[in-house]
Amino acid sequence: MRVYLSVFGCALRRYSGYRAATAAGLFTNSVFGVINALVLLAVFAARPQINGYTAIDAVTQVYVAQALLGPVDVIGRPLALAERIRSGDVAVDLLRPAHPMAWFLAQDLGRAAFAVVFRSVPTFCVGLALFRLALPQEPARWAAAGLALLLAVLVSFTLRYLYALAGFWIGDARGVTALAGTVGPLCSGLVLPLVLFPDAVAGVLRALPWSAMVQVPAEIVLGKATLPGGTVLGGLAFQAAWAAALLALGALLTARAARRVAVQGG
Amino acid sequence: MEAVIEAEGLGKDYTVAEGPLPRRRRRRVSAVRDVSFRVAPGEVVGYLGPNGAGKSTTLKMLIGILAPSAGRVRVAGLEPVRARTRLARRIGVVFGQRTTLWWDLPLRDSLALTRHLYRVPRADHARRLAELTEVLELGPFLATPVRQLSLGQRMRGDLAAALLHAPEVLVLDEPTIGLDVVSKTAIREFLLRLNAERGTTILLTTHDLGDVQRLCRRVMVIDGGRLAFDGGLAGLHAVAPSPRTLVVDLAAPAAPIAVAGARTVRVEGPRQWLELNGNPARVIAQVAADHEVADITLREPDIEEVVHRIYAGR
Repeated sequence: MRVYLSVFGCALRRYSGYRAATAAGLFTNSVFGVINALVLLAVFAARPQINGYTAIDAVTQVYVAQALLGPVDVIGRPLALAERIRSGDVAVDLLRPAHPMAWFLAQDLGRAAFAVVFRSVPTFCVGLALFRLALPQEPARWAAAGLALLLAVLVSFTLRYLYALAGFWIGDARGVTALAGTVGPLCSGLVLPLVLFPDAVAGVLRALPWSAMVQVPAEIVLGKATLPGGTVLGGLAFQAAWAAALLALGALLTARAARRVAVQGG
Repeated sequence: MEAVIEAEGLGKDYTVAEGPLPRRRRRRVSAVRDVSFRVAPGEVVGYLGPNGAGKSTTLKMLIGILAPSAGRVRVAGLEPVRARTRLARRIGVVFGQRTTLWWDLPLRDSLALTRHLYRVPRADHARRLAELTEVLELGPFLATPVRQLSLGQRMRGDLAAALLHAPEVLVLDEPTIGLDVVSKTAIREFLLRLNAERGTTILLTTHDLGDVQRLCRRVMVIDGGRLAFDGGLAGLHAVAPSPRTLVVDLAAPAAPIAVAGARTVRVEGPRQWLELNGNPARVIAQVAADHEVADITLREPDIEEVVHRIYAGR
């Protein structure tokens, strides 16, 4: 366990070195949030209520989503693992007396922890300064929102880990990454809140793991009845179930990959 | 003596897919075939072979990241693939072209991490780090981010990271690749010292025959997936006898020298190269009698030529 804490610490220090990238990310999140919010405000000016969402709810979801984008990689940018599988550097990862998935998870949690403080909090503050947002009133819902963030990070990590792992079988995961870059934002509720989709489509998208990254955390902040099970607890359980299932799949495929698949590169 | 590395009838086949998708054909390729050897504790063994001969494939089977298709292998008494993690705690591995160090962090951070990774007691770790820092002269760049290190410095850092848990066996894949002469010498001297003082068994692949001549009492040559030679350096000369060369500097350019017991293989102005196949003293006397000679040197074949002959002969 101690080794993963050290890896977490190393990743935290590593990402704290990328100051320009952090500032650029913060700027992008804030600007995209403004654009996204203005579009939705125009939509809601025409129809004040859509599937139980008000304009304030929609704009809140926009800034929850933008704040999540730092720690939760919805777009599915590849983990370093993807390139390491392609180049064969993964040999080094398999040589460590540590579980590769736990190793990369500890790294991603370090990255996420840094991003929460230096991307999520400032981005959300920009939203608060520019728009009226719906904030949870009870401390318990704030705690639930924090837990939802952690679970969203776990789901985002496992998805990206699985995308990268695909490289063991298909040689190069870049195609998977490109596909994930479209699927992730659309199915998670980042591009548009899922409530704006037709009911049948939204129903399917809500059941998929991507919704655990944006839509479910946003509805936990908003305390919506559209959450799985209709409650905040139901939403957290949904996220936790996907995180656990994907982690288990990741562990299984890691063992398979390590056993059967030849490591590429000389 | 009990062997620390043992390979018996080791083989690895790959399936490669060829051609465009609809008519893609699968072909079995043997990267390594029927390779057997034993390495005793404390040996330094060079593992040579041209590119694609099966060196890296063999190494990967030894360290447990590739499952053999045939034969068996044991390292430090363990079956590598099955006991990969346990084996990792007992061996050190350095790939010259890959790094285990954290690119953006000071070298010190990566070295500190190995303590938890290999569960080394704090005091042991501190003592070994101090030793390695001194011997590998890491001091000046311990606080430097790895990405800013020169290749030679990074290589020394990687060696330290692989040795902080005091492994019994060190496996090196091209440890001096791309390094300048000074860095190469530093690494070679360090490895010799490690072997002499700690008795660490070292198995290294290299294309640098200087590594072999300085470090290895024993060499194994693999070619086309098969072990072509396994023995001492001197034996390598015997198995692929290479003629000595007489370099003759004439006073003036002349036609190729014709003399019994030698064959002129190259002429460049006044300098001629003669491949000896007879008594050198008699050839030298004859050449000196026939021509006005400014200088003569006798060259021993170097290991490069010897290995080249082994590769070319198959």
